[in-house]
Amino acid sequence: MKHIEKNIKRELTNTELQILAAEWSEHCSYKSSKKHLKMLPTTGPNVIVETGYDSGVLDVGDGYVVTVHIESHNHPSAVEPFGGAATGVGGVIRDILSAGTRPIALFDGLRFGNIENDVHAKWLFKNAVSGIADYGNCLGIPTIGGEVEFDVCYKNYALVDVAAVGFGKKSKLIKNHANVDDLVLLIGGSTGRDGVGGSQFASDALESEDRSAVQIPDPFIEKLIIEAILECRDENCINAMKDLGGGGLSCAISETAESLGIGIELDVKNVHLRESDLSPDEIMISESQERMLVISDQKNLSKIKQICDKFRIQCSVIGKVKKDKMMHVKNDDETLALLPADFVARGPLIDREKSKPEYLSKLLSSPTYEKQIPLSDILLKLLSSPNIASKHWVFRQYDHEVGIRTVIKPGFDASVLRLDNGKSLSVKIDGNPKHCYIDPRQGAIGCFEEACRNVVCTGATPIGMVDHLQFGNPEDPEIFWTFMESIEGITDFAKFLNIPCVGGKVSFYNETSDGPIKPTPLIGVLGLIEKSPLLPVPPSNDDVILLVGETKDELGGSEYYEYIHNFVGGVAPKVDFSESKKNMKSVLSLISKNLVKSVHDCSKGGLAIGISELCIFGKIGCDVNLSSSLSLEKILFSESHSRYILVVEKNNLDALKSILSHDACSFSELGIFSGDQIIFETDSNQILKLRVDKAENNYLNSLGKIIQNG
Amino acid sequence: MKVGVIVFPGSNCDRDMYHVLSDVFNLKTDFFWHEKSLPKDIDAIVLPGGFSYGDRLRAGVIAAHSPIISDVKKLAEKGIPILGVCNGFQILVESGLLPGVLLKNESLNFMCEWTNLIVNNNTTPFTNKLQINQKIPIPIANGEGRYFVDEESLKQLKKNNQIVFSYDEKVNGSISQIAGVCNSDGNVVGMMPHPERAAEAEINQIDHKPSSLIFESLIETVGMKN
Repeated sequence: MKHIEKNIKRELTNTELQILAAEWSEHCSYKSSKKHLKMLPTTGPNVIVETGYDSGVLDVGDGYVVTVHIESHNHPSAVEPFGGAATGVGGVIRDILSAGTRPIALFDGLRFGNIENDVHAKWLFKNAVSGIADYGNCLGIPTIGGEVEFDVCYKNYALVDVAAVGFGKKSKLIKNHANVDDLVLLIGGSTGRDGVGGSQFASDALESEDRSAVQIPDPFIEKLIIEAILECRDENCINAMKDLGGGGLSCAISETAESLGIGIELDVKNVHLRESDLSPDEIMISESQERMLVISDQKNLSKIKQICDKFRIQCSVIGKVKKDKMMHVKNDDETLALLPADFVARGPLIDREKSKPEYLSKLLSSPTYEKQIPLSDILLKLLSSPNIASKHWVFRQYDHEVGIRTVIKPGFDASVLRLDNGKSLSVKIDGNPKHCYIDPRQGAIGCFEEACRNVVCTGATPIGMVDHLQFGNPEDPEIFWTFMESIEGITDFAKFLNIPCVGGKVSFYNETSDGPIKPTPLIGVLGLIEKSPLLPVPPSNDDVILLVGETKDELGGSEYYEYIHNFVGGVAPKVDFSESKKNMKSVLSLISKNLVKSVHDCSKGGLAIGISELCIFGKIGCDVNLSSSLSLEKILFSESHSRYILVVEKNNLDALKSILSHDACSFSELGIFSGDQIIFETDSNQILKLRVDKAENNYLNSLGKIIQNG
Repeated sequence: MKVGVIVFPGSNCDRDMYHVLSDVFNLKTDFFWHEKSLPKDIDAIVLPGGFSYGDRLRAGVIAAHSPIISDVKKLAEKGIPILGVCNGFQILVESGLLPGVLLKNESLNFMCEWTNLIVNNNTTPFTNKLQINQKIPIPIANGEGRYFVDEESLKQLKKNNQIVFSYDEKVNGSISQIAGVCNSDGNVVGMMPHPERAAEAEINQIDHKPSSLIFESLIETVGMKN
């Protein structure tokens, strides 16, 4: 309040208070995180920086650009999973559209409680998937990848993260600008009472199920808006554009005015409404979906109206551009709010205390178990763990083919899209709250490295990343410490690899009735492939299995510890920066020299799962010989980073090994694919034997079975 | 040769279809917005997939009342080849140009999967270069793709050779595993799977040639390119 008194020197009107409450919420103002986000590297050879973009822009050559953005819709999805997840998709798509690019792909990261014993978690999961499918499918934007994870820390809660990728011509990017007397238009859906106060709702612990704060999705209108806006773009009718998201008009108007250095005067009377009795304050903070703010001029107005008429969507002139840098809200002749735009848009920032959480010192280093479970049984159980089992049940509900760009389909490491200039784009998002809980810094770096590894497996060089940092209440110093550890770790690794951060989001107050969620940073990496991608070809008889990278004593946070032994603790995997870089570079050179048949990332579930996945894909067994100073459980299930499983044809083996040796990469030849059993041996003793068809059945069907039973 | 791709509000495979017709098979292709009329000299029409009118009420039912449909009906009577894919098939059914209905899939979910089609009729303008019983690897992507007709109509369809494609395996509960049908004259064909998603090697790593033959059949029927 002092900040307001100092700057405004008068009492605020009710409307002004509502506007500031929305805009200065954690959700919109990033008041806890903004200072710290500045440490991330944001420039690079491919990065294009423009004023007022909601998405990152990367130059992919030949006059084309790729845009990317990531958002979450956690609070709404935890209350109303179908609508919450669907509107999450809608919001991020409009951010892509704002830059003047066509959305071409969606990715989603979904996290829920334990679906094996929690019916509510199952309900949230099923409906969030349906919501995403319903929205994305209707728009004709393929959902081509993502991840699903279950952990008891998300009990009665949901994390729904959506990343979108856009594509377009560099020459058609919207160069946000405005001149005095330009018109401010609101295009698309009508404004209603849904989503009123949504940003404040999202900036608080979820205590009540405030359903009116959840927005209602309408993918059909969104589709019409996409086509109408792109037509307006082609006709050069748009000077500047912004999506209406969190904070509704308040946020869009103040941020547009602030970023363009202009004033905007708007009349709430001109906003087209869904309900006639909406008060001006509600109009200003409603988060009704499918709306775009467009700045144009008198000359182009009729063209825009004509295009909107063609698509039967509404277009209202709600205000005009002024010189005074003020945000002026009127209701006819009455002034409801008159505040400097930068004062509204730049909420006061807060310095948060941090302290290392006590729980970290209480974690045990290893579990104690009474009797040994046969390794074959463990492998079979891990293959059916909802976190490892195939997510086919999920992605079959998403149209992942529409747009006819999807070269590598969902279900493999990274998904790959073909671009119009003959290049391909490889994209992956990764999170790992189990690792991050045990070691927030290394866990976050690990998510980043895993996403990089996945795009490398397709032959792509990482060119940019987006991050989404999700934590509990930042007012708790222990939680804030975990946030700082994550962002510092991500920054260090991004700088080391020269991968710019081109977008991101912070989501705090992710609290459940049992306390905060585990730290859940999510990293999306985009990679560019100049020629053809390395396709996932199934392994065949006599192909050699080779592991690049070192398996270490790092079982902490592994699926093995948590799912098999119900143990949280131990040492989480650490990324050795130089090893990471070296392995990435070497694997990419092997791919470019056509020396590998396919490359698979080694991550969740460890080496045993990585090799089993390849066997299931090729419907073929394997004969693997392990020799290491580590214990068997560590070799098989440790989730150490920087590892790649290579499938190599015998005649390429010598050439491949000499390159790896030359690059000083650590590697080991593990065995061959053959027969119909997954066999692991050590010193000629068989330690694990499992029929591939049995493994396949567990891997492919367990998630669907869990959903169907109940 | 001139092909028209009809665009309804909510069509979303229109650009994909255009790309395949125009860039892959070099056909002169134009978009036609649903409120426009169709030129009389057009050689073929494609109704692409998508969610016309957001699938409200029932998939395809609102688009079936679009102004352009009366032109489509006239051209259908004249024997012009007309192909409806996915939502386009649903629209042709709803407008009465093709028999049957498309119901919700047996799984009650949207399904996006690759499957194999079997060619049952190779005398239509879109299948004349295919062999009877030839397999076509192709993706489906729909929520309401379960074809249904009553027993009597099914007998008629079989008798008149109107079943053009069927699924090689049980996919969504379609009666007789029907995936595509034609009108009694054979010039109007509707199919749920997406040939435009399977006619290029880059995106169809199984075998893109059979789907290509659907487009090459059209070229064969109508004659010269361009």
